[in-house]
Amino acid sequence: MSVEVTTISVPGGRPAVVLAEYDSPGACMHAAEKLRDAGFTRFDAHTPFPVHGMDGAMGLPDSRLGWIVFGMGLTGLLSAIALITYCNGIDYALVVGGKPPISYPSYVPVCFELTVLFSAFGAVFGMLGMNRLPRHHHPVFESDRFRAFSDDKFFVSVECADPKYDTASTQALLEGTHPNHIEIIEDNES
Amino acid sequence: MSFHAPIRAIGEKDLVAPKSSFRSITEAVSRVSETPAPKGWWIAFLTALSFTGVLGLAVGYLFWRGIGVWGNNSPVAWAWDITNFVWWVGIGHAGTLISAVLFLFRQKWRTSINRFAEAMTIFAVICALLFPGIHVGRVWHAYYLFPIPNQMGAWPNFKSPLLWDVFAVSTYFTVSLLFWYVGLIPDFATLRDRAKNATRRFSYGFLALGWRGSNRHWQTYERAYMILAALSTPLVLSVHSVVSFDFATSVEPGWHTTIFPPYFVAGAVFSGFAMVMTLLLIARAVFKLTDLVTMTHIELMNKIMLATGTLVGYAYAMEFFIAWYSGNQYERYVFINRATGPYAWAYWIMITCNVISPQLFWSKRLRTNIPLSFVVSIFINIGMWFERFVIIVTSLHRDFVPSSWGYFHPTLIDIGTYLGSLGLFFTLFLLFLRWVPMIAIAELKSVLPEASPHHGEHQDGASEEHGTPALAAEGN
Repeated sequence: MSVEVTTISVPGGRPAVVLAEYDSPGACMHAAEKLRDAGFTRFDAHTPFPVHGMDGAMGLPDSRLGWIVFGMGLTGLLSAIALITYCNGIDYALVVGGKPPISYPSYVPVCFELTVLFSAFGAVFGMLGMNRLPRHHHPVFESDRFRAFSDDKFFVSVECADPKYDTASTQALLEGTHPNHIEIIEDNES
Repeated sequence: MSFHAPIRAIGEKDLVAPKSSFRSITEAVSRVSETPAPKGWWIAFLTALSFTGVLGLAVGYLFWRGIGVWGNNSPVAWAWDITNFVWWVGIGHAGTLISAVLFLFRQKWRTSINRFAEAMTIFAVICALLFPGIHVGRVWHAYYLFPIPNQMGAWPNFKSPLLWDVFAVSTYFTVSLLFWYVGLIPDFATLRDRAKNATRRFSYGFLALGWRGSNRHWQTYERAYMILAALSTPLVLSVHSVVSFDFATSVEPGWHTTIFPPYFVAGAVFSGFAMVMTLLLIARAVFKLTDLVTMTHIELMNKIMLATGTLVGYAYAMEFFIAWYSGNQYERYVFINRATGPYAWAYWIMITCNVISPQLFWSKRLRTNIPLSFVVSIFINIGMWFERFVIIVTSLHRDFVPSSWGYFHPTLIDIGTYLGSLGLFFTLFLLFLRWVPMIAIAELKSVLPEASPHHGEHQDGASEEHGTPALAAEGN
């Protein structure tokens, strides 16, 4: 194999991530499949856009974001009911148009809006929370080649903390997937 | 979001020019903010900024003197303020429709124009929110709009459609902003990674939240995006419905009709697409994006305008029919007065612009004609402004008691405020064009044929199919 391997070292650092670069989503996905089949769990693919089938190739379980959104939507609905009932029904009973102070039909629009609002907060902040973003510092950012992930290159990264990780065999496995390049990135944290 | 191979047998065309690659898309979109602005941008920006200054003066004078500086009078208590509000909210709708509804229907052609349309939504809703805020008279009490404990110990009336409107429009704004920002995160990362200086690296890096294209992130991200689309779809239908309740739940002849919610929503989509078309044709010419925004997009948008314009025409006809069929003499008078009374000029401008002009698009030659599309889009923008003016002013100016009939004349401040709101809109939009990726880079890449992991492979290996069970679950 003639894959070029470089190491990006930092003072006092130990290898943290191995990064392999590919030209096409297909090659990247095959590498992910290989890692999955070899039993790796702490690896990732970095692509300019979501690649179809990559979740299966990495063996990822289905996202649980929907449950967060459901919980938040329910919170929004209950908050709206509580708000309207308290404001117009309890604290300052308001009779308008001959309707009783607590009049359910007029609840509908505000309940709907707050359900949607809270659900949207749940979707966005739930997504950021599950992805642990914002996170501006990450070992992969030490690589200059990695910047192309947001342009036209596809990467696979393996964390050296993975229980299956072994310097020689992991590198050989990655070389077998025909990457353009392999980088070993060191990190001096933890 | 997935690759898209056009089915040529049924006349589908490439979504982007066939020679495009991942790199060329990154280049085409990113270079806009990386190279000095074209002269045309500066001319447009300084013009728009001047009008924003006019807005500041007009609103400042309004705050100083009071609502009397507008032409609103006793029968016509709502005039240009609410006309502008409804017009601007309506314009926003196309953005959400393109970004959410077309996303759920897997209309992949939307990827070139959705960013654009979402930005338009946000800026249009900002302009819309301005008007209810300033038309309350004592702006320092504008917080009465919200359920905030106040010195009177009173709360807003939750049975009022005006309060529903506060919730509907502010929710709409917030959700649209979140949706837009979520879509922008990967593209901000692209600009960050291409940044040549520290300022750009810091600002785009800050906005990109440390995005590293991780597939574990993409999975949750795509789910969040789909949920937001699913939330925005009923939301967009609800917003203009709630706006129409402001009118429909009153007992004013001309307003008190059940057709209003769907009629307003159709009109909103119609006017929004017209505004997207206007802006898109300008940006496409100024920034030379003809490879990414193709004739297919223009033609499809013209078809939507034809459909919604015809729906709006149907609603106009149905209003007339019901006015006659209901046997209610007040209702009947309002409609005869609309078409033949002192505001007949406004009514017929509305009919010409909204009902007649989009009918040109039945012809393929006309709907693929760029100058004509531009002219018709301007006509529709004008026509939809007049629609709201006709609904509001003609219904109010002659109500039940003939002794209180009147006529509305706009003042210079009315005109300045309206033109100023256009200035604010275009100022924000031009800043967006310059500094934010105006086309969804990541999403557009994902519709290229080479985005498929199986691109260039033979139909051979069963081993390629590991990923497919997940596809159905992802719903992509």
